[in-house]
Amino acid sequence: MKKLSARRRHPLAAVVVLLFALAATGGLYAVFAPADQAQADETAQSLAIDEGKKLYSVGCSSCHGANGQGGSDGPSLAGVGSAAVDFQVGTGRMPAATSQGAQVPKKKKIYSQAEIDQLAAYIASLGVGPTVPKPEQYSIKDADIGHGGELFRNNCAQCHNFTGEGGALTEGKYAPSLEGVDPKYIYEAMQTGPQNMPSFPDSTMPEEAKKDIIAYLDAVNGEDTPNPGGLKLGGLGPVSEGLFAWIFGLGALVATAVWVAARTAKAKKS
Amino acid sequence: MSTATDTKRKAPAGERVADWADGRLGIYSLAKANMRKIFPDHWSFMLGEVALYTFIIIILTGVYLTLFFHPSMNEVEYAGSYVPMQGVLMSEAYASTLDISFDVRGGLLIRQIHHWAALIFLAAMFVHMMRVFFTGAFRKPREINWLFGFLLFVLGMFTGFTGYSLPDDLLSGTGVRFTQGAILSVPVVGTYISMFLFGGEFPGTDMIARFYSIHILLLPGIMLGLVVAHLILVFYHKHTQFGGAGKTNKNVVGMPLLPVYMAKAGGFFFLVFGIIAAIAAIASINPIWALGPYRPDMVSTGAQPDWYMGFAEGLIRFMPGWEIVLWDSYTLNLGVFIPLVIFPLFLTAIAVYPFIESWITKDKREHHILDRPRNAPTRTAFGAAWIAAYFIMLIGGGNDLWATHFSLSINSITWFVRIFFIAGPILVFIATKRICLGLQRRDRDKVLHGRETGIIKRLPHGEFIEVHEPLSPEELHRLTAHEQYTAGEIGPLVDENGVKRKVSMLEKFRVKLSKGYYAEGNQIPKATAEEYEEITSGHGHH
Repeated sequence: MKKLSARRRHPLAAVVVLLFALAATGGLYAVFAPADQAQADETAQSLAIDEGKKLYSVGCSSCHGANGQGGSDGPSLAGVGSAAVDFQVGTGRMPAATSQGAQVPKKKKIYSQAEIDQLAAYIASLGVGPTVPKPEQYSIKDADIGHGGELFRNNCAQCHNFTGEGGALTEGKYAPSLEGVDPKYIYEAMQTGPQNMPSFPDSTMPEEAKKDIIAYLDAVNGEDTPNPGGLKLGGLGPVSEGLFAWIFGLGALVATAVWVAARTAKAKKS
Repeated sequence: MSTATDTKRKAPAGERVADWADGRLGIYSLAKANMRKIFPDHWSFMLGEVALYTFIIIILTGVYLTLFFHPSMNEVEYAGSYVPMQGVLMSEAYASTLDISFDVRGGLLIRQIHHWAALIFLAAMFVHMMRVFFTGAFRKPREINWLFGFLLFVLGMFTGFTGYSLPDDLLSGTGVRFTQGAILSVPVVGTYISMFLFGGEFPGTDMIARFYSIHILLLPGIMLGLVVAHLILVFYHKHTQFGGAGKTNKNVVGMPLLPVYMAKAGGFFFLVFGIIAAIAAIASINPIWALGPYRPDMVSTGAQPDWYMGFAEGLIRFMPGWEIVLWDSYTLNLGVFIPLVIFPLFLTAIAVYPFIESWITKDKREHHILDRPRNAPTRTAFGAAWIAAYFIMLIGGGNDLWATHFSLSINSITWFVRIFFIAGPILVFIATKRICLGLQRRDRDKVLHGRETGIIKRLPHGEFIEVHEPLSPEELHRLTAHEQYTAGEIGPLVDENGVKRKVSMLEKFRVKLSKGYYAEGNQIPKATAEEYEEITSGHGHH
């Protein structure tokens, strides 16, 4: 201690103390203040929005307007949220350019997921809307499949058929098949109500219910759903069954009848 | 070879049993009379057999299903082995069908055999009926048997419908609701009939139990009786045969029941059973576990009945939704009631046809030789038009699937069906009749000028001719054996004394129809022996 107190009047003492103080403050600041991090994030976000806007200007603005305000060929995108962008672009429905039919069909997606995220960030910046769900929101762990089935038959089967095989709507429109659709997109579709579909926001269909529905679809129309009865025949019900009965059932029986009738006991010659 | 010792020998066991039975049942004379019964050979005569065998298969598998099915609408919570339904509230009927499908040994296979066999049974009856229709096998003395067969088809439709409704699943429940709606549309009495049938407001708690006794007892009982009567009449009338050398209206050319047809028919039964079992093992039918239990507040798209009720579905789907409100209080729902009226009328049209034809021809003779469809152009055209209408209605019944699978607008399909429900049969009638007449002309040419061989011959002076080969006598007989009616005439309206003869409107109408059937231009006169002689006696071709 003597050494230290002896030099406290040293001309450089003030400089040393200042250095210590600066180091301590800077260190503490660095440890305790998240402000720096936030700054960095915001930069990434604004970067994504900027990139998204560029992508938007090239691929989307001709129909949806230069600033997403909508036009004669496409609706306004203010407030549709990132979930809608992720669904529409992720399933290849957007950009719709080539489609002039009654409804925009599912196609091969042309943007990478990173680009879709940038587009989504830009659109989300235009107004508040449903956000892309996190994996745990559509995870089917611990979901109630039976309850999901009831919800599905009550809310979805009218258009999508008993097990989500799809069905016809008016004037050439249709409810698409849900077979093999990523749970994320099913969740987003329920959130945002794309095209002819009504939306089921969390206020009418809570997150848990959406999980149950996704779990039910996975159980009855998933990739490894067993078909205990054999060939599913499209899962379309009596029409395909009737066709099968006529063509393969009666067809096989008539062929057999022809075969049996052709093999008759011949009267002995001579 | 008999000796004294032989008479002391005990007869073989089979002979003793036969002797025992004969002494009590008199089977010998029965067997003697029928064992050598002759049946003609043609694959199309086996369509009825397919129907008979599938009916037997349905009864056998149906008995197995009754052992495990609970026809009750009591509500239970499912706790069986099918995970997606666990914890769902459902009727006992639906739960027991799930049990049959997942927990009863062989249950799902038997269920699928039962259902596939039912679809094929109806299809087999349909084509059997069309075979009988197009070959004119319904003519005297077989009109009653035609009606028995028709009744079997209609009863089969309703037995199928009640059976399809038993599992109480969302698909069939929607179908029952559809039926109840049709009943409600009947003016005045509709609501009463509905209340009576369902024991109160739909769906109530009686529906499944009532359908069960109708499905397993009432309708199959009547059908079994009709099948037996149908077969007895086939035996009694003897089987029809196609015309040909040696075949007359008074004989049957073919093989005896024993041993040939017993072996063939017996073997065919097992073939039919095997094929249906294979189909049931390969392809799923009515996967009720995927459909969910019926609740009147739910419905799914793609809700269709089994194919044999599809034409009724079509009628409802393409009928415009007309309704009239009387005195501001009573609704006449024509959009549903008109289809309900067309449904029986359409079926009856084919059922009464034999009687209409015999009234037009005034032919009271028995017919055991079948017509080739081309030789009865108007009848064939009528049948084809009927089938066309049936098919158009089926398209209407599946309009949503046509729309999704061919990327069409369901509204356009509905309009197509509306127009072609009327125009289709007319076009098909005209086209079929012309095709028949064309084929008759061709037959006539073949008889008179022989078969075109495709061999071109150059004569010494340079002319090219095609060599025609004369037909064999058998072929000539086959093409000319049919008889042709002459068109009816009203005759002079005033007799030789100048007295006016009264001709009823009905008779005038009959003669008009007869002309439409048999007058010049509506059938091609077959080649006569004289024409054949004249052409073949030498003086050059054409």
